[in-house]
Amino acid sequence: MMLVCRNGQGDSLELEGRVVAPAQGIDEGLRIAVEAGVIVRIEPGSADGPFVAPAFVDPHVHLRTPGREDEETLATGTAAAAAGGYCALLAIPNTEPVVDSAAVLGSLVDRARHEAVVPTGFMAAITKGQRGDELTEMAELAAEGAAAFTDDGRPVESAGILRRALRYGSLTGLPLALHCEEPALSRGGHVHEGAVSAELGLGAYPSLAESVMVERDLGLAALEERRVHVMHVSAKESVEALEAALARETAVTAEVTPHHLVLTDEAVRSLDPNLKMNPPLRAADDRESLRDALRRGTISCIATDHAPHARQEKDVPFEEAPFGVTGLETAFAALYTHLVLPGVVPLETVLERLSSGPARAFGLEEPRIEVGARANLAVLDLDAEWRVTEDGFRSRSVNSWLLGETLRGRVTRTIADGREVFAA
Amino acid sequence: MADPRVPALPRRHLLAVADLSRDDVERILGTARSLAGSLDREMKKLPTLRGRTVVNLFYEASTRTLASFELAAKRLSADTMSIRSSGSSVDKGESLKDTALTIAAYEPDVIVVRHPSIGAPHLVARFTQAHVVNAGDGKHQHPTQALLDLYAMQEALGRLEGLHVAIVGDVLHSRVARSLVQALSLVGARSTLVGPPTLIPPGIDALGCEVSTDIDAIADADVVYALRMQRERMEPGESFVPSLREYTALYGISPERVRPGQLVMHPGPMNRGIEIDPRVADSDAALVVDQVRAGLVVRMAVLYDLLTVAPAPARVEAAALA
Repeated sequence: MMLVCRNGQGDSLELEGRVVAPAQGIDEGLRIAVEAGVIVRIEPGSADGPFVAPAFVDPHVHLRTPGREDEETLATGTAAAAAGGYCALLAIPNTEPVVDSAAVLGSLVDRARHEAVVPTGFMAAITKGQRGDELTEMAELAAEGAAAFTDDGRPVESAGILRRALRYGSLTGLPLALHCEEPALSRGGHVHEGAVSAELGLGAYPSLAESVMVERDLGLAALEERRVHVMHVSAKESVEALEAALARETAVTAEVTPHHLVLTDEAVRSLDPNLKMNPPLRAADDRESLRDALRRGTISCIATDHAPHARQEKDVPFEEAPFGVTGLETAFAALYTHLVLPGVVPLETVLERLSSGPARAFGLEEPRIEVGARANLAVLDLDAEWRVTEDGFRSRSVNSWLLGETLRGRVTRTIADGREVFAA
Repeated sequence: MADPRVPALPRRHLLAVADLSRDDVERILGTARSLAGSLDREMKKLPTLRGRTVVNLFYEASTRTLASFELAAKRLSADTMSIRSSGSSVDKGESLKDTALTIAAYEPDVIVVRHPSIGAPHLVARFTQAHVVNAGDGKHQHPTQALLDLYAMQEALGRLEGLHVAIVGDVLHSRVARSLVQALSLVGARSTLVGPPTLIPPGIDALGCEVSTDIDAIADADVVYALRMQRERMEPGESFVPSLREYTALYGISPERVRPGQLVMHPGPMNRGIEIDPRVADSDAALVVDQVRAGLVVRMAVLYDLLTVAPAPARVEAAALA
């Protein structure tokens, strides 16, 4: 597996401030010297300066390339990631065409070498065309540099095919990232099944549509003794299934999105299409369970599920709008404003789940602050207050669930793989 | 223009019953009553909304709702036009947003929207300056239907407070049921939803109604409100109920099931012999025609209320000054 971005020299720079690297137990005033992209010196410094943390890793980004470059390109998507404090991201293969062959993957990797600002890995599909019936050439895709396998956007509906994918995929050593959804229960669903769906008359997508598939998939992973990653967990029943599997020592990691951590289905009452995503926003007790799982580490990754959509696709009635919201440029501020400041989740936990957690889940190098390491740093202004507006995005799309909101905390500078890729 | 005797309405739209307070509902019903009186006594047409424009934008088939909105606007001397999805640029693939922007260019005061998708009137409200009235959006809301139903009940029974209304049938797909339950609870009436378990959405009791799957639950209701049963609900892949025959046997409103003194309502169009027995539909207990009549005066009252009680859009003020 590999991450690729534009070729170039590493930068030389110095940073001084309060350095917090939770995975390494660092929280102190330090001065960090970077030369040619590598951390060469770390010495005591003033903690009064800016806040410096290991940069973030997003394991779930829809870059829409190839096929929907009107919504996002490798250049704009990675620029958005840079502005969000990310030093690495994994792109989802549900593009047009689907990344299901070495040829498509190879051309993406080549394009990323010219366009990507931030190191990017590309996942490949589990099944051809993500149709759920034939396996992709996983060995060749792995050799071409696939970061993992996923059919995200849709589930692997057949348990038999998923079992084959787990067995055959063992040739590659790469994890399978699973979108857990039982279509027979979610079909026609737009929002979480409960009082809000009943009142609004919107098609209901019950929690069980997710959790029944999480249970099935974890059972298969245990049977085949294979590592799996559960994507965008939204329901408390799924958290319970994860906990049960972890207790049985199944090798499973899981991710949660900022929007599922912050919002509930009550928000959907506005019928704003930018609050429509799959899985849907769920109830308050689901959100509580997700927050708890994040604190405990049952869920070790925060993933944005950044899903850009063209304006004309979202400027439609709620019921007709596609699923998905953007998130790369707002993730940290949303979490800081809604989880850290109210004291729901400690800052250290949020930083760890944004960086080391996802890196470990996908076998990526963890961003570390130590002499000899490539510099992967996010500089944060925790006092900054800013309003989320359409013209503030580097992403090509503006379907943010936070439009119009004022947030606290802002990424002011990002160093990714030794290069300054963003400065406010 | 605003009548100083009436308190200002803070809403510029009628998108859902939730937009209304109890005062709003009582004021609108009161206006409807006085309009009914003046229409009976004097003439068929009032000058109240002369110079105003009401556009009906209908993306779904409709007889009574469209006809009554058109007629309501005309009776108040407003200019009105109706645009249907078939035969308009919608046939050419124009998006709802662009159609709304096009209509907005003519500066209508009110846009009445019916659309099969939930959230369509909200979109029109977002992209235009007009007052928007939801005339039915998918399975979500149909607030003027709920208001006219309240009006018809009040006319027939003399009160709303404390009434018990049993709403029977396909609640899952019914914007009428959702709107009516909320409107009834707003005016202090009680409702019970009755239907097959597969057509009662989980969580609906959060609206403050009772729920039963037993038709006997209609026994102590003052009003039995039958919902339209749609044939496509039985199709393979849907199969909400096994057959219309079984539905009618279990939930059809037959003469045997209607207690003397109970009133029966239906939003129309009726499927005679399915959700309602024709003998009931044609009996004195049925308020179906009264509902249609109420539709006209209540929609007049809604237009009047939005245009003379609510704060007018800024550009209308500017035009008046010019």
